[in-house]
Amino acid sequence: MRHLMSPLDFTTQELDRLFDLADDIEKNPGRYTHACEGKKLATCFYEPSTRTRLSFEAAMLNLGGSVIGFSDASSSSASKGESVSDTIRVISCFADICAMRHPKEGAPMVAADRSSIPVINAGDGGHQHPTQTLTDLLTIRSLKGRLSNFTIGLCGDLKFGRTVHSLINALVRYEGIHFIFISPEELKVPDYITDMLKEKNIPYEEVIRLESIMPRLDFLYMTRVQRERFFNEEDYVRLKDFYILDKTKMALAKEDMLVLHPLPRVNEISVEVDDDPRAAYFRQVQYGVYVRMALILTLLDIHVD
Amino acid sequence: MLNVGKIEEGFVLDHIKAGKSLAIYHHLQLDKLDCTVAIIKNARSNKMGKKDILKVECDIDMLDLDVLAFIDHNITVNVIKDGNIVSKKELVLPKEIKNIIRCRNPRCITSIEQELPHIFVLADEAKEIYRCKYCEEKYRERL
Repeated sequence: MRHLMSPLDFTTQELDRLFDLADDIEKNPGRYTHACEGKKLATCFYEPSTRTRLSFEAAMLNLGGSVIGFSDASSSSASKGESVSDTIRVISCFADICAMRHPKEGAPMVAADRSSIPVINAGDGGHQHPTQTLTDLLTIRSLKGRLSNFTIGLCGDLKFGRTVHSLINALVRYEGIHFIFISPEELKVPDYITDMLKEKNIPYEEVIRLESIMPRLDFLYMTRVQRERFFNEEDYVRLKDFYILDKTKMALAKEDMLVLHPLPRVNEISVEVDDDPRAAYFRQVQYGVYVRMALILTLLDIHVD
Repeated sequence: MLNVGKIEEGFVLDHIKAGKSLAIYHHLQLDKLDCTVAIIKNARSNKMGKKDILKVECDIDMLDLDVLAFIDHNITVNVIKDGNIVSKKELVLPKEIKNIIRCRNPRCITSIEQELPHIFVLADEAKEIYRCKYCEEKYRERL
């Protein structure tokens, strides 16, 4: 039995198979409508996350399965003091697979250690959010046809943004990736990431202004400056508007450059960009459902002929 | 110079960094063993300038080498039988250590679920970096 705790749990060959399956789901959704009939997904969300939870639920429903679960800790036994270890033992009796989000880092791993069903980490604090990374990789592969040889700009909160850290760690396994980090000094990518890139001889640049590097990018990955990652409101207010992508900046970019964003967006991408064919962030959400469908099938070891 | 006599059976931990012997005494839980222990501090050393030495008269199997390797894998472990050194144990950094150090990340699941073991995994052998199994927080201080 396998779980998914980190995007690096799968080898690149296993990821290729997962993405091939997601591709087939996209092209032939009808083949998969009964694939998980009789199977149940438990969504155990100890903190609210409408987007990720609904994406998992939509994925399971698209596969003909059903969904049970809770969407915040107050409506679960956690409010009575039940441990994650006990909760997962109970959930294992009710469901065939579990997607867990928890504000504490490592909670899904505790669950996986005690579980008799596959557990998917659906986000644990500021630590990992592997299905977002799988979504990002599938989007890149589907829209560009490859996961190698491109320049990607990552912009915004590169210090606290776990989606950015996970994506970098996942992309370094592919050939010819050039990273450009665009952030204010206060939100620079952590040293352990730049140290790792230096060690692996992977080219990267750190810049402060978005405009200057726009023409060189194949992808621009925008992130939100998250209020909950800051210890004081003053810092948040000062930094949140630092980098806003608008039509003027988009005019500097290549015609086939693509803009990605893990969403939700606040104001870092102006709504005027939404109609630009290069804005790929809503398509990215759709790929999130395909990749979660492929993941559920893979972890449940279900094969569709 | 102070002389501490030979032991007949047990082990001698040599080349301990000066000042570290008491910490090692506690981490090896030598206070719980009913045996003779000599703690020698600030002994002169050609290699280290100053060093500590621990002499313990007990069965070698009672020593947790994993803990010792985590604390300092440069310590020399001499096994003594009939008053002579019969072997030297090589200390290797353990792949995983359990309940020796605690994760201090307030966002880690171990901070709220008290019954969980504190497990650290060797993430980088060359740099001797251990990370919490659950939250991957780096353990910064050495014991």
